Amino acid sequence: MSAGDDYDDRPSAVLVSGDQGGFAEWLHVRLVRARLGWAAPFVLWLVGRFSGKGMVIAIPYTFLFVFFLVPFLIVLKISFSETALAIPPYTDLVEILDDGFDYYLTFKLNLINYWTVLSEDTYVRAYLNSAKIAAISTALCLLIGFPMAYAMARASESIRPMLLMLVILPFWTSFLIRVYAWIVILKTEGGLLNTMLIALGIIPPDEPLRILSTEWAMYIGIVYSYLPFMVLPLYANLEKMDLSLLEAAADLGCRPTKAFWSITVPLAMPGVIAGCFLVFIPAVGEYVIPELMVGDNVRVIGRKLFTDFASERNWPLASAVSVILLAILVVPIVLFQRQQARLQEAGQ
Amino acid sequence: MNTATAARVPFEPWKDPQAKPYIRIVNVTKTFGDFVAVDNLSIDIYQREFFSLLGPSGCGKTTLLRMLAGFERPTSGRIELDGVDMSTVPPYERPVNMMFQSYALFPHMTVEENIAFGLRQDRVPKDERNARVEEMLGLVQLSKFAKRKPHQLSGGQRQRVALARSLVKKPKMLLLDEPLGALDKKLREQTQFELMNIQEQVGITFVIVTHDQEEAMTVSSRIAVMNHGRIAQVATPTEIYEFPNSRYVAEFIGDVNVFEGRLSEAAADHVRIAPVGGGGEIYVDRGTSAAQGATVWAAIRPEKIDVALTPPTDPSVNCIEGTVWDIGYLGNLTIYHVRLADGRKMTAAVANRTRLREQPITWDDTVYLTWAPDSAVVLVS
Amino acid sequence: MTKGLTKINLVALTFGFAFLYIPILILVFFSFNESRLVNVWGGFSLKWYGELFRNDDLLGAAWVSLILAAATSTLSVVLGTVAGFVMARFTSFRGRTLFSGMIYAPLVMPEVITGLSLLLLFVSIDWGRGLGTMIIAHTSFCMSYVAVVVQSRLVSFDRSIEEAAQDLGATPFKTFFVITLPVIAPALVSGWLLSFTLSLDNVVITSFTSGPGWDTLPVKIFSAVKLGVKPEINALSTIMILIVAVGVVVASLIQKRAMVERQRAERLAAAANE
Repeated sequence: MSAGDDYDDRPSAVLVSGDQGGFAEWLHVRLVRARLGWAAPFVLWLVGRFSGKGMVIAIPYTFLFVFFLVPFLIVLKISFSETALAIPPYTDLVEILDDGFDYYLTFKLNLINYWTVLSEDTYVRAYLNSAKIAAISTALCLLIGFPMAYAMARASESIRPMLLMLVILPFWTSFLIRVYAWIVILKTEGGLLNTMLIALGIIPPDEPLRILSTEWAMYIGIVYSYLPFMVLPLYANLEKMDLSLLEAAADLGCRPTKAFWSITVPLAMPGVIAGCFLVFIPAVGEYVIPELMVGDNVRVIGRKLFTDFASERNWPLASAVSVILLAILVVPIVLFQRQQARLQEAGQ
Repeated sequence: MNTATAARVPFEPWKDPQAKPYIRIVNVTKTFGDFVAVDNLSIDIYQREFFSLLGPSGCGKTTLLRMLAGFERPTSGRIELDGVDMSTVPPYERPVNMMFQSYALFPHMTVEENIAFGLRQDRVPKDERNARVEEMLGLVQLSKFAKRKPHQLSGGQRQRVALARSLVKKPKMLLLDEPLGALDKKLREQTQFELMNIQEQVGITFVIVTHDQEEAMTVSSRIAVMNHGRIAQVATPTEIYEFPNSRYVAEFIGDVNVFEGRLSEAAADHVRIAPVGGGGEIYVDRGTSAAQGATVWAAIRPEKIDVALTPPTDPSVNCIEGTVWDIGYLGNLTIYHVRLADGRKMTAAVANRTRLREQPITWDDTVYLTWAPDSAVVLVS
Repeated sequence: MTKGLTKINLVALTFGFAFLYIPILILVFFSFNESRLVNVWGGFSLKWYGELFRNDDLLGAAWVSLILAAATSTLSVVLGTVAGFVMARFTSFRGRTLFSGMIYAPLVMPEVITGLSLLLLFVSIDWGRGLGTMIIAHTSFCMSYVAVVVQSRLVSFDRSIEEAAQDLGATPFKTFFVITLPVIAPALVSGWLLSFTLSLDNVVITSFTSGPGWDTLPVKIFSAVKLGVKPEINALSTIMILIVAVGVVVASLIQKRAMVERQRAERLAAAANE
């Protein structure tokens, strides 16, 4: 904590500062060597205008602004337009009308897309269903991930890196392949699980288990794909926990099980929260898993958005769907961002 | 709360053959793999003692403390507390509390909640719990900070919270692992006295682990000096300092000049030692267990040596001649490093009673180091 | 008191790792299956590997994916490092909250939203979709991962070595390149690798932002899997898993050797001191 505070109080030294001499000098030498000495005054003037700190900030800032933030504004804009048979397939909000006598600048905010999304049962249900599935999947991830992370963090120091590697390894192999593997296992006709259960006589051959194309497939797919995102922040948190706290608790008369609930779990909360956000938020908008493993039986919003966009070519409607999805997720996203920023600043 | 102050009898239960030891550590050994951390060690500690385990890092003192707390089980041997064998009792069932070196304050709880934690485990009723927490907060003068979280406190305040938390259950024994190690020198000295006052007030037996000999000297009723998992000496601070039983103890506690020599005369009430490097014999007015002719060591504390520019008038006084090699001025003391004729060095510490010495001794002066017959200690190991 | 694995912990780990690895192992196993059916073992065969290597379409897509991933991760490391630096060192400037929001939000943003919004941006500025738009799109989320990795490395960075460099006459600019960058280099490497796999793996954002003729491997696999289970995909998966596993093992061996080397040097230094 205090280390983080120290950093905050310091003037940020490198590349900032009133002392632009270093960079300017360096730049000047480079320009002269490149036989561009004549350009030096101009370049230096330019550099001087955007001071070092400003430039350093400006590079990533501009990139993210243009390619992350502005696109959302465009989505917002297009969500208010109408679909049209044109390229691109939507109308402009601002039009110049010519009625033969005068020109009119018209500005239309079309709310039909929002009306569609908010009034049609399929959309409302898709949002609710997605949120429910994401919430249950997050809980399942926590249920499997916490004991794993805990066991890893309490394993002897020599095998911890190996265990960590084993958790990360599936994450490095393709996400699609992992989803595909579950299709191979869960398929109703000729899937491995059913073949095995039938061979063992647990279920009759003419009544195979239907898991694929049901909500269960969603849970399995999401939990399997997102599990590392739950385990890693939890492990990072549990691993650095001061074990003398547990000794102190035991010393004060607290049994190990109780100490787990009254010391370990509360202290692991930042990890639990980070893990839950990392699973829940993207899971609400998940597209690949429902598309490959579930299909039309379970309506989720990510898939609906994609179909509206790709099959129906209704870009304004898809935009409205994503604006509302974002509106739903903005609270968890902001909470996640603030928590992460706090953790980083505390020097974790 | 009163016996120690009211009656002016010295508190020395270890000298009383009738007194029953409160904590008995009997032939305790602890090994980690091949490493022997504690080696067949036995100590008796009496009720209301302030007992120090002193030694360099790795001497096994912390392992011993953790066995007392219950975090480690002895490989062999027995630990008894108030007549009950504790060896297999888990830490959460021992009537013993510990103050951790890192304090181990629960970061998600307030000061109050930290102190109340132990009482909650025992399901102490709410009213009594609050009263006892309040009493503890008062004792460590933190009443104003009850609602703060540990990270909002200074190092000294955290130390006091840790103390309050470990005292609130009124344990039969309080274990303190380097309790003042994280504090700066000034605060440490001040806190030492606070700790002693609190111990006297609550009347609980304290066992403290420290590597700081001054701290051990200040606070303890008795000190156990440890070396490689064994006890080198158990005695009061005065005895440890004035009558160390070995060179290890003499050198570990304070500064000391040690001369190797042969016992040239061993009488019941005095001895003479002929130093190996030559020079005059050293006369000590106490007997020793070693036989005449044995190799022994004479240990003399620097502050017991007097430095003069002229030889002593009485020729029977212990005296060595040398030249001043280096002078260290510490304000209250001046340390003289004196080189003897045979190349050995001796250290003498002289208190600066007056502002200026009449005859200031300076570098390369020839000086005469003298000490009284009762100043040296004869060590046989 | 918490050394070693208790029984419960062992059960948790065994169950967790079984869950993570059994599906992958099944894929690998059936990639050597002679039979076209997944649930019938028809004998050992490498024929699906043969078919895979005759499939120019997939190989072309793999090539596109690799180029895209390499370009994305390089650009992400450059931008992400600067972003992480800004986050760690510039604690107050106008718009910092927005900036930190733009760094963290991509980590959790549903891909359909990011994909759609980028597509709409490219369409409205009339930027023809192709490799360029894909690189931009992938970088917009990969750089956030790099920024987070670099930021956490910089937070635990001993600032006094930078001050020492400046005290010895290095300009702030030079200090960054000669002192700061080499010290945080491992973070940049892991950031690069992370971006590479994220980019290599992406389906949704890619399908929004790719142009005709620029199909990546995941997009091809995605459409193939949509049509049903195919043994070639098993073979392809096995190869990809093998590459990742070999890469990870080599990386950890290199890391381990560096650590052993370092420990030996430290021991030698300690011995020389005595």
